[in-house]
Amino acid sequence: MNPIKYLSARAKPVTDPSARYLREHQSLTVVVGMALATTLLPFIILFPPFSGFSPQTVWVQGFASAGIFVLLALGLNVVVGLAGLLDLGYAAFFAIGAYTYAYGASPFAGTHFPFWPILLVGALVAALFGILLGAPTLRLRGDYLAIVTLGFGEIVPVVFRNADTYTNGTNGIGGMYRPALPVFGTFLGLDPVPYYITVAILVTLAMITLYRIQDSRLGRAWMAIREDELAAASMGINTITSKLLAFAIGASTAGLGGVLYASKVTIISPDSFGFTVSFTILAMVVLGGMGNVWGVAAGAFVVYEIQSELLKQLNGFVQNLNLPAVNIGLMTIDISKVDFLQYQFLLYGLALVGMMLLRPEGLFPNRRRQQELRDTDDATAANEELAQG
Amino acid sequence: MSDVARESVLRTVQLTKRFGGLIAVRSVDFDVPAGSISSLIGPNGAGKTTLFNVIAGLSDPTTGFIEFLGRRVVAKPERGWLEPVMWVIPSGALLLAANETVSAGLPQAVTGIVLLAAFAALIATLLLASIRPTWYVVALARLGVFKSARPNDMVAAGIGRTFQNIRLFSNMTATENVLVGMHRQLHQNPLDAVLRTRRQRTEEAEGRQEAIKWLRYVNLTGRDDAVARNLPYGDQRRLEIARALASKPKLLLLDEPTAGMNPSETAEMMKLFARIRDELGLTILLIEHDMRVVMGISDRVTVLDHGEKIAEGTPQEVRGNPKVIEAYLGKGAL
Repeated sequence: MNPIKYLSARAKPVTDPSARYLREHQSLTVVVGMALATTLLPFIILFPPFSGFSPQTVWVQGFASAGIFVLLALGLNVVVGLAGLLDLGYAAFFAIGAYTYAYGASPFAGTHFPFWPILLVGALVAALFGILLGAPTLRLRGDYLAIVTLGFGEIVPVVFRNADTYTNGTNGIGGMYRPALPVFGTFLGLDPVPYYITVAILVTLAMITLYRIQDSRLGRAWMAIREDELAAASMGINTITSKLLAFAIGASTAGLGGVLYASKVTIISPDSFGFTVSFTILAMVVLGGMGNVWGVAAGAFVVYEIQSELLKQLNGFVQNLNLPAVNIGLMTIDISKVDFLQYQFLLYGLALVGMMLLRPEGLFPNRRRQQELRDTDDATAANEELAQG
Repeated sequence: MSDVARESVLRTVQLTKRFGGLIAVRSVDFDVPAGSISSLIGPNGAGKTTLFNVIAGLSDPTTGFIEFLGRRVVAKPERGWLEPVMWVIPSGALLLAANETVSAGLPQAVTGIVLLAAFAALIATLLLASIRPTWYVVALARLGVFKSARPNDMVAAGIGRTFQNIRLFSNMTATENVLVGMHRQLHQNPLDAVLRTRRQRTEEAEGRQEAIKWLRYVNLTGRDDAVARNLPYGDQRRLEIARALASKPKLLLLDEPTAGMNPSETAEMMKLFARIRDELGLTILLIEHDMRVVMGISDRVTVLDHGEKIAEGTPQEVRGNPKVIEAYLGKGAL
């Protein structure tokens, strides 16, 4: 069975009144939820144990960067979770968004356009490349599609690396202008709040947009294609345009993320958009709970924080333990010298294997998928339950 | 029943489908009278499902063609090896033109512009061709160079279908399955959905009502929010029919709709087919192995054997036809 099809599904129709209320006022729920998270997070970390890790500004910077990955994961969720198209080269669209900002506002390009238009253009350019990638892959499925997208994901950084004249090659493009936004403020390193707020608002908008699309004719078409492409076509769905739209919408979300990212770090190079980035985002989607907007967002946030905060803290923690180096004959084990950040991908791998074995529905699954994965062999029990309910 | 007087909804003309050396359907002329229930029968491997798939736009006829409601079906041409060649024709022509500008001694800027145009044409055709075939491909199709339609074009033309091995969207609810069937009836675009316009909201609400109406029509009650794959087998068959009906077809193709059902379920299904014909005025074409169904409900029966049509007529005529008996029971039976 196709693993993607197996893992992804949408929220179960809810029957209890409070859940029904949340579902009917989805946008409000997203706004309230995001507002709460955005305001509470910077204060939660003032308390132990978090307060000991880093100062508040560093934490908030980290949250903003996590927000970028939340955006990316939300976009990839459209392609992988809803339409069931495995995309292993998703970082390419992130790169395209970032380079759009570099061309729009840097001394290298000799341009200085305002931030919001570049954000829009970045999303559009990424969407265009999404369609360009999607078009030749329309007839491919599963593994073959994954390989082509993998290739695309490799081609884009290689082009940015080698087209020296236009991209400054491996050195990347630096010294980009920091956006000074009306109302929001300037994206400075010292004051992370304007950037943090901007990211939070864009994530909220993306979540509302994706929830609404998912619950519409197009969302159903995507799910139908994921479930059975041939049957979907036999019900009158134009599978070509639907798939291209999935690629375009997914890519445009990554484009937004790319522009935001570049405007903050102000220097980008092709090395920041390799396969590991694509893989990280995919891991976020799978770990969070494929096909579920809140799940994917939370998954991306948690994975990012583990990677950027927890592992760093683990280094410091282990060093403070003052464990002596142990000689076991063949080698010396000195745990205080281990750099846990280097084991990031080993940990991802272990986490993925563990998840698939213990909790295949993801960290934050929705009830329907949970039921699906747990009761696969027990359809009759589900029937009886439905008959009673 | 005099089918001669009735006009036909679907007609195949000298339809042949070849898979390499195997001729699955051989020069079949066959028509489905409007408002009838027609059955397609034949021993295993007779080419029934192949014929069905060609009609539903899943595969293209090798030769011959299909006429639906008096119009020849060439909605979308085959994306064969010829099409990529078509894509490069405009840009190829522009490249040649660029070459001409050089030999004609025109300024370099002109050559540059033509070259740019060639590049733009290549990108544009690639993009357009992936969404819809280029206009000249369509024109060639109308001339009969290509002969196929994609399944979604056949739905647009008015053909709905069910599958031999049930192909529901198994992780979606019953209502959602029917809503997918209504895809062509809904007119909202993604922007409507993002902005939740009044149009989109009313359409969704009415769509759900109608979907539930279709579920009631096939006697599926109280299962609106059940995930499709959790439904009992018989209900899944019904849901598939509801989904096909929701696309408002004029011709309904049913591929072995009573396979695996017990006699009482089969009897209920037969009643449903009669209702669909009489109340909705649909024409039904079905493939069936259960002779009680075929003989009990069909207005007309067509028998295929080894890809060829060997008999056609009312159930009574077909039942007595020596060729049919031979195909089913072998030569010795006569």
